[in-house]
Amino acid sequence: MTAGLNPMRAVLSNGLVVTAKQTRKTPAVAINLALRAGAIVDPGDAAGASALLSRVLDRGTTGRSSSEIADALENRGVSLSLSVTRQLLSLTCTCLSEDFDDIFALLADIVRRPVVPETDLVTRKGQVLTSLQQDADNPAVRSVDALMAALYGDTHPYGRPIKGTAASVAPLTRERLLALHVERCAPHLLSAVVVGDVEPARVEDCARAVFGDWRHDSAAPVTLTEAAGPASRRLVTVPMMNKSQAEIAYGFPSIARSDRSYFAFMLMNNVLGQYALGGRLGDRIRERQGMAYSVSSSFDASTIAGPFMVRAGVAAANVERAIASIDDELQSLRRMGVTGREMAESRQYISGSMPRMLETNAGIAGFLQNAEFFGLGLDYDRRLPTLLMMVTIDDVNAAAAALDPAHATVVVAGPYQP
Amino acid sequence: MLENGLKVLLLEEHTAPLVSVWCWYKVGSRDELPGLTGVSHWVEHMNFKGTTNIPRDQVKGIIEQFGGAWNGYTWLDQTTYLETASRDALDRMLFIEAERMGRCLYDPDDCESERTVIISELKGGENDPDSLLDQEVVATAFKAHPYRHPTIGWLADLETMTRDDLYGYYRRYYAPDNATLVIVGDVDPEEAMARVREHFGGFAAGGPLLRRRTREPEQTGERRLVIRKEGTTAYFRAGFHAPAVADPTFVPALLLDAVLTGAKGVNLWTAFRVPPPQRRARLYQAVVERGLASSLHGAMLPTAEPYLYTLSATATQGTTLEAIEAAVLQALDLVASQGITGEELARAKRQLHAQMVFDADSVTNVAHQLGFFDTIGGVDLFLDLPRRIAATTVAEVNTAASALFTASNRTIGYFEPLAVGSSPVSATGTVEAQR
Repeated sequence: MTAGLNPMRAVLSNGLVVTAKQTRKTPAVAINLALRAGAIVDPGDAAGASALLSRVLDRGTTGRSSSEIADALENRGVSLSLSVTRQLLSLTCTCLSEDFDDIFALLADIVRRPVVPETDLVTRKGQVLTSLQQDADNPAVRSVDALMAALYGDTHPYGRPIKGTAASVAPLTRERLLALHVERCAPHLLSAVVVGDVEPARVEDCARAVFGDWRHDSAAPVTLTEAAGPASRRLVTVPMMNKSQAEIAYGFPSIARSDRSYFAFMLMNNVLGQYALGGRLGDRIRERQGMAYSVSSSFDASTIAGPFMVRAGVAAANVERAIASIDDELQSLRRMGVTGREMAESRQYISGSMPRMLETNAGIAGFLQNAEFFGLGLDYDRRLPTLLMMVTIDDVNAAAAALDPAHATVVVAGPYQP
Repeated sequence: MLENGLKVLLLEEHTAPLVSVWCWYKVGSRDELPGLTGVSHWVEHMNFKGTTNIPRDQVKGIIEQFGGAWNGYTWLDQTTYLETASRDALDRMLFIEAERMGRCLYDPDDCESERTVIISELKGGENDPDSLLDQEVVATAFKAHPYRHPTIGWLADLETMTRDDLYGYYRRYYAPDNATLVIVGDVDPEEAMARVREHFGGFAAGGPLLRRRTREPEQTGERRLVIRKEGTTAYFRAGFHAPAVADPTFVPALLLDAVLTGAKGVNLWTAFRVPPPQRRARLYQAVVERGLASSLHGAMLPTAEPYLYTLSATATQGTTLEAIEAAVLQALDLVASQGITGEELARAKRQLHAQMVFDADSVTNVAHQLGFFDTIGGVDLFLDLPRRIAATTVAEVNTAASALFTASNRTIGYFEPLAVGSSPVSATGTVEAQR
């Protein structure tokens, strides 16, 4: 690894964190603002509130109308993305370097002072409701939603759909969304990452200028319970007989990011379902049996143990064979472990891919944002290869032990009935 | 260019220790005859399955050991293969592409196994009603030209194609004089060219290719189609016969799309990953801001021959497709009759300029653009785009709009959802078309 990112990091007196890295590849800047106000902050009766708030946040502030915001962005060729994951509400965009000051100030205004105009709320809510209708017809979405609900329970913030449901979103009012904003958007919950052709000192100055006087208390952080302990194996089906192909989501709770076995889990996951075209699972289900175009595994190690899941899209006639193949691969992994060669290949791949992952401004910004969220340090990019080297084959095999098919939750959505 | 006709485009970029290598072949779904639709794409799949010097069990990991990523895609005019990895992988990447050009194995068992993988890919696409509608609109808008069939092919052809069909197609089109090799990154040009000569110099030219060409007859009246299938959401799509990339009216049409739906740039590899800036765009205002549609997309794609300009919208609950069509056509009629404003054109140009700056952020993206445009008419087409954009006038955009948005130039498609569970034979649905 080379000299490393060495970003600048400053903490304002109100707790807001700003991180900046200068690059000179293109005259552009990537801005990534992340608020710890993701779907987990939705009130119990208002699943989807944070997601809907993100859809209206940029539709007017106390100082700018929706049209003025649109003009300010679009006359500069900026496409602003607002998105919500379970943990974060994020605003991301890329702008030309010459527009950085104006765009950064605009984003600060959007974050701090939204007004949520009623007409825009009606329109955007309509879009969300349509999107939920589309999701209802999408086996890939239905399979993952059903898996999350089964692993965490319907009322757990991880078990509810991020976008909510038609029943929970329809009644959301402007007042409720503004109250959520007041309650959950505060400077000490915001991490601003800026990467591109702009000097870090200038980024810090801009941040102080537009965020420095933001004083705001917020509600106590949401405390999350872990998923329930290992369940007995269960099969959940979501019949969608009008669809052409079934989607399998096969999963378990995984580990928290802070877990000591994180890197072992990462390597295990790469061997099992990522390396080259889907790892061992891809070999078996796609390459050798031709059953699926798409098969892979992934895991979400967050403040709690997010899900580990294997996903595959297969013909209904192949569902049972595909599930049996996944069972076999997990059993084989648990019994025999990974080989030394597999360990070396995955480790080399993950380390070796870092220059590629950190090539673009947006890629660097995402990496720094993740490191900030989990407190990994400003030198995380330099330490990561060493952290991977420290993992032993016993560590990886121990990580695999948790993936017992006898405790798997298997969801099939699509034209399949057992 | 090598003596055997292989064209090489090399661009140095030393800000990161990375190299991206793309090998582009001038073969895509437009080269496919009835009965063999989808062959270009299936051949692409087979070209990842082992060669004379890369045994099957060594394919996996061959570039991963350099931390590299690889991929490929097939489309209308081209099939392409790429690797991006650390700079010390250059020789390996050139080796891989040389093997792919001339020494793929096409093991019969592999071919057979891949049949179901591709059918799975097709079925996955069928799960998306919007994707189905796109297929039907294109197949209806084009009567004769091979652009009409989907790149993945028709299911019947995928079920019957043989190993000999695949291998014969591969041998025919995969030749150095039908290819462009692109190298972008942290390389020494002389050293890189020496490696290229070593790996590719031994190939013989394939010779002239007989390509059957059909010119699409002029469309003389509006075409319409309706898909009725179980689903939850209604979709609208319209296709208009549009200029090829080398045509002088292509850039005005591209700017027109930016005015109507927001500028996406001209990079197929990246353009549709993030919604464009479109809140001030005319059609967004006409259908999304008014609550008729939850989303709106426009695509003016660079192609070797005239293709389609497409517009699509997802209806909000309770909105009829007729209402969306009326709003869209009203907005298009207005732009066709009264044109765009100078302010709209200026904004469109700024958006396109910004997008092209953003698109140049990685060696992979830069390499893609050089090869893509070379395959559809010449890399100069890409290099000349900024000048063409800057030079385009309001009058030229207005002329493009008048030509595009006539009733006889359009194909209108509806996806009307039937209640889920309403029909006994639900997998295929019905399609009605009128010409």
